[in-house]
Amino acid sequence: MHNSNRGEPVDPGGSPVISVDSLAKEYRVYDKPEGLLASVTGLFHRTSRVVEALRGVSLSVGKGEFVALLGPNGAGKTTFLKLLSGIITPSRGTARVLGHVPWERADDFRRRFALVMGQRNQLWWDLPAAESFRLHKEIYRIDSARFERTRDELVDLLGVRQLMLQPVRELSLGERMKLELVAALLHEPEVLFLDEPTIGLDVVAQHLIHTFLKAVQVERRVTVVLTTHYMKDVAALCERVVVITHGSILHDGPLEEIVDRFTTHKIVTLDLDATPAPGQMERFGFPCEIRGPRVTLRIDRTRIADVLPEILRSEDVRDVSVEDVPLEEIVAELFRAAPNPSGPNPSGPKPSVVEATA
Amino acid sequence: MSHAAPAAPSSSTPVGRPFAGLRIWFTMLAICLEERLVYRGDFIIGTLMRFLPIVTQVFLWTAVFNATSRADIAGYSRNDIVAYYLLTMVTRAFSSMPGLSGGIARSVRDGSVKKYLVQPVDYVGYLLAARIAHKLIYYIVAFLPFAGVFYVCRSYFPPVPEVGTIALYVVSLVLSFLLGFLLEATLGMLGFWFLEVSSIIFAYMLVQYLLSGHMFPIDMLADIPTGISGISAADVVRWLPFEYTAYFPAAVWLGKVQGAALFRDLAIEAAWVVVMAVACRIAWWRGTRRYSAFGG
Repeated sequence: MHNSNRGEPVDPGGSPVISVDSLAKEYRVYDKPEGLLASVTGLFHRTSRVVEALRGVSLSVGKGEFVALLGPNGAGKTTFLKLLSGIITPSRGTARVLGHVPWERADDFRRRFALVMGQRNQLWWDLPAAESFRLHKEIYRIDSARFERTRDELVDLLGVRQLMLQPVRELSLGERMKLELVAALLHEPEVLFLDEPTIGLDVVAQHLIHTFLKAVQVERRVTVVLTTHYMKDVAALCERVVVITHGSILHDGPLEEIVDRFTTHKIVTLDLDATPAPGQMERFGFPCEIRGPRVTLRIDRTRIADVLPEILRSEDVRDVSVEDVPLEEIVAELFRAAPNPSGPNPSGPKPSVVEATA
Repeated sequence: MSHAAPAAPSSSTPVGRPFAGLRIWFTMLAICLEERLVYRGDFIIGTLMRFLPIVTQVFLWTAVFNATSRADIAGYSRNDIVAYYLLTMVTRAFSSMPGLSGGIARSVRDGSVKKYLVQPVDYVGYLLAARIAHKLIYYIVAFLPFAGVFYVCRSYFPPVPEVGTIALYVVSLVLSFLLGFLLEATLGMLGFWFLEVSSIIFAYMLVQYLLSGHMFPIDMLADIPTGISGISAADVVRWLPFEYTAYFPAAVWLGKVQGAALFRDLAIEAAWVVVMAVACRIAWWRGTRRYSAFGG
């Protein structure tokens, strides 16, 4: 309607939709020691610590990008999404999403993005999802024709047209998730934040949601940031992967780059003529598995060109395949190896302790 | 309203601000009504159970009057007392908010309050719509039993007051609804500061029970001195919000407050509504700020 505070967010030249600079979030947590006596003394004297959930993250996301946030539990992924959607305020640093400071929670900003957080539903439990959609229509002030068109498109894409007339509590987890996604997209947000959208879903539902998200992102040029633990999500959807561990960005770039940067080995599977003698294969590489005449070896990437001809020469090989280490393993390795800036507890799943006060 | 992305021109066309607000609100109301109806069985039983305490009150006061030779106690005859309790029951039907503060505190604890931070919607407005829906259903369900009880007890009542008084009675009832809502909503928002608010709610209920007129008519306190000459306990309670959630509307109907005193008390009631509306906003504002800084 009026042009007062618009214009700057997105320009065709590609100024970022999301820009984050040195964003940090600390929490104070209180220790609750075990036992009744400790609980009583806790009434008078509580020990607290500061937990750094996010330590100075900088990042910039352009329009239409699809970014995956990857990291172990407690790495700060969800904290990051909460900051970007304005649920929490940072301890330090700045962020702008669509030109707005998210935690100011301006209505103009809130009408232009959506957040889907796992099982936390926007849908009314006892009513059919269609009713929740109707409420969203009013909350986001979508005009009727547009609302119906968008809704029909979305429910058809996900195949949930009949389900939206059934009370939400009667639906399965996957069905609910699909309807959550419809609810989140009705107002055609320009930015979509997804916190583990495929958690607990079966393969078919996961695949359908991948196809759906891809279609939405491509057709509507929605900027999507998602957190996930499933490499399938990442491989299917995201050109760009941001790995977060211990509250900091460990890697930011295309998926292939991670593979290049962090894999040191290839997996070579051989079908031999006969079961090899014990110790026979060790000279080529580390044998991961030997099952009868089928042998799986881990071979250093730099040596593969030398080792492979040697194997073919010296062994009776019927079949051979060379593969990258599975993505899951690379990422698991990545998480494990990540330096913990302040920890005596390098592989601990929780963010680390920074300071202890009485 | 103003929409920014050049890539998605004129999406979410504004409907015009004041009407849009009203429309959200009516949609919320409609949806809350539907949700309420899902649990109609529970609701009907809950409604009918509410009539039990009144029966015990009537028996108690009958016993009190039987034990004394006096025709009235603090200006209340036996008939007046029964009429009074039935009328406070009507006020309570407007001002009591079962589950409101507990529900708000729970939404803070389990994180579902986040939804109202992310969506462009006003949580207090939503709660009000939900509560009105709740009340509407309640009145529909409770109308017949109420009518029945009042019909059976019609002989206890003084003649119906004149139209002007009835109008003021209705105003006092609507204000008592708003006051009850705002008091409990504000109380629930203490959940932003305390993990568990049920004991605070319990303490509030206790004070409320004593000072609202739910237990005895507040003007019975007129003879209780406060130590300051010329000021009775009733005078003190008048300046607190509690009696407006039970006693005051009943007193208006029964003609216990009249003339200038009636308008003064209505003004006090309205002032409390304003004060609590502001308090509720502040609690929400500071609470969400705290939530954003510490929790989330």
